[in-house]
Amino acid sequence: MTNGYNFAYLDEQTKRMIRRALLKAVAIPGHQVPFGSREMPLPYGWGTGGIQVTAAVLGPEDVLKVIDQGADDTTNAVSIRRFFARTAGVRTTTHTTEATVIQTRHRIPEAKLREDQIIVYQVPMPEPLANLEPSRTEARRMHGLAEYGLMHVKLYEDITRYGHVSISYDYPVMVNGRYLMSPSPIPAFDNPKLNMMPALQLFGAGREKRLYAVPPYTEVRSLDFDDHPFRTTRAPHACGLCGATDSYLDEVVTDDRGGRLFVCSDTDHCETRRAAAGGGITP
Amino acid sequence: MAYVAVKGGEQAIDNAHAWLAEQRRGDASVPEIDLAQIAGQLGRAVDRVMAEGSCYDRELAALAVKQAQGDLIEAAFLLRAYRTTLPRFAASEPVDTARMLVQRRISGVFKDLPGGQVLGPTYDYTHRLLDFALAVGGTPPPAPQAEPDTETLPRVNDILAHEGLVEPDTAADAEPGDLTRDPLSFPAGRDLRLQALARGDEGFLLSLGYSTQRGYGNSHPFAGEIRLGEVAVEIVPPELGFPVDIGDITLTECQMVNQFAGSKTAPPQFTRGYGLSFGHAERKAMAMALVDRSLRADELGEDVTAPAQDVEFVLSHCDNIEATGFVEHLKLPHYVDFQSELETVRRMRADAAGLAEAAE
Repeated sequence: MTNGYNFAYLDEQTKRMIRRALLKAVAIPGHQVPFGSREMPLPYGWGTGGIQVTAAVLGPEDVLKVIDQGADDTTNAVSIRRFFARTAGVRTTTHTTEATVIQTRHRIPEAKLREDQIIVYQVPMPEPLANLEPSRTEARRMHGLAEYGLMHVKLYEDITRYGHVSISYDYPVMVNGRYLMSPSPIPAFDNPKLNMMPALQLFGAGREKRLYAVPPYTEVRSLDFDDHPFRTTRAPHACGLCGATDSYLDEVVTDDRGGRLFVCSDTDHCETRRAAAGGGITP
Repeated sequence: MAYVAVKGGEQAIDNAHAWLAEQRRGDASVPEIDLAQIAGQLGRAVDRVMAEGSCYDRELAALAVKQAQGDLIEAAFLLRAYRTTLPRFAASEPVDTARMLVQRRISGVFKDLPGGQVLGPTYDYTHRLLDFALAVGGTPPPAPQAEPDTETLPRVNDILAHEGLVEPDTAADAEPGDLTRDPLSFPAGRDLRLQALARGDEGFLLSLGYSTQRGYGNSHPFAGEIRLGEVAVEIVPPELGFPVDIGDITLTECQMVNQFAGSKTAPPQFTRGYGLSFGHAERKAMAMALVDRSLRADELGEDVTAPAQDVEFVLSHCDNIEATGFVEHLKLPHYVDFQSELETVRRMRADAAGLAEAAE
């Protein structure tokens, strides 16, 4: 479309291949579908999987939001948003409610997503069993047999050692009661949002060449035990800018004497709250 | 100190790129390097970028080297990213290296052989003394010329094959896979393994090949033959139905010959390891041949004990574009995850302190 490249960079054949893989992924929630991931003009690890998924689902009428760590203004989010503004010419936004497609790295927005929205996650390691079983061939077999005992043992060992599960991000989930899935490295705080989400959730891992999906209104359970139910953690503070007590907070170091400021990681959420409150609190 | 959000990302990126461009150009009073100089005088760098970038184009590879300030992995990445946008017209016929216009051809297993040993342009017997005359520059005296040898040189493996001493070269009938289009899955056939190794990182393959020589999956190799030269690339356009020469490429090919004690199904004989690389890249081709052979352990009924014999391990980690991406992505912000770890560690420390107090 611009600069001699096709709309949203990828050629139509490649987009079709990705869409086919996505359809399969939606049909088998939480199952990792191999796909012919392409080299993108951004490096592996920067979100090439998410970018390819976004490119495959994006239409000219879409409004795109890109966040990294919950923020619209982190350099990588800026870079990816610019990439699509340049190659697809789509409208971009920082407002969660305005966006039709949201590409994210490491967070789910605080605002509830809707049926008419798609959230695309950038995934570094799609295989939730990777740290327990490095061979993908073996892990694939374990998924096939729904043989997830190893992961339960890992959680059990955590509890016996620390009294609770020590996984604080990329916390494994069961999708639709069948497949163990990595929710991507979102904080465990965000895990409950995955469950019964009205929006379509797509996950892209470019380097590992895998796609997976959670269709709207699908049950997503964080792994736990009856006597040790899953629980989330957040910094026990209110946001220093908007005063929110229920959002996920970043810890900003303000000096070298232990000074800290806790602020919402979701910049749009924070700004919206401050605008509604007429400026909010100034630290 | 007031809280400064990470605002200004856009401006920061623009400024960073401007500084990078300035740094790339270097001292403006020094003449700018041009692509012909890079392609002509830094040819081995260009060869490596073409091989690992999986794209045979000296000019584009030279541009990538220039753009990447000589960072060859970055240059290979630039070339790969460009390559994916190119349409495919056709698949070539297999190139015939027996018909290579040879610049260099040596065998480590025979003193002499039909066609002879051809040393060619090699560093092998140079003394590695810094040549201070080169710092000044100048045109070297012309190399001695001879009539080009028009006879095709038989491949050493074909010579050995006459006696049945080396395993037959078995080309599968099936259409070879394409790992640039379809994701690699395991077990991976030799077609896909060779593809992955051909674009794999030279340093990684070199170390793995070296490890097989030091006992981690010993495969008793001999350099059956190394040849370097130009081969014709032919395609068969469907509307013509006969091969058409579309150009020549320079290749380095290495045939390793490996001892093999025999198994239940095969008599004792020599087995093969194969290496092929764009350009003049002997180290790469030889390392590739060593690793190719070690990856055949399973197929030949050998115990798989060493990293270089583990197909999934080698193929999953030999691509330097993937490797550099994932290693370097650690510099992207991870503060959300780190924050959750901070809270978890604080909680664990509080729990531990509580337990210690209770015990007192």
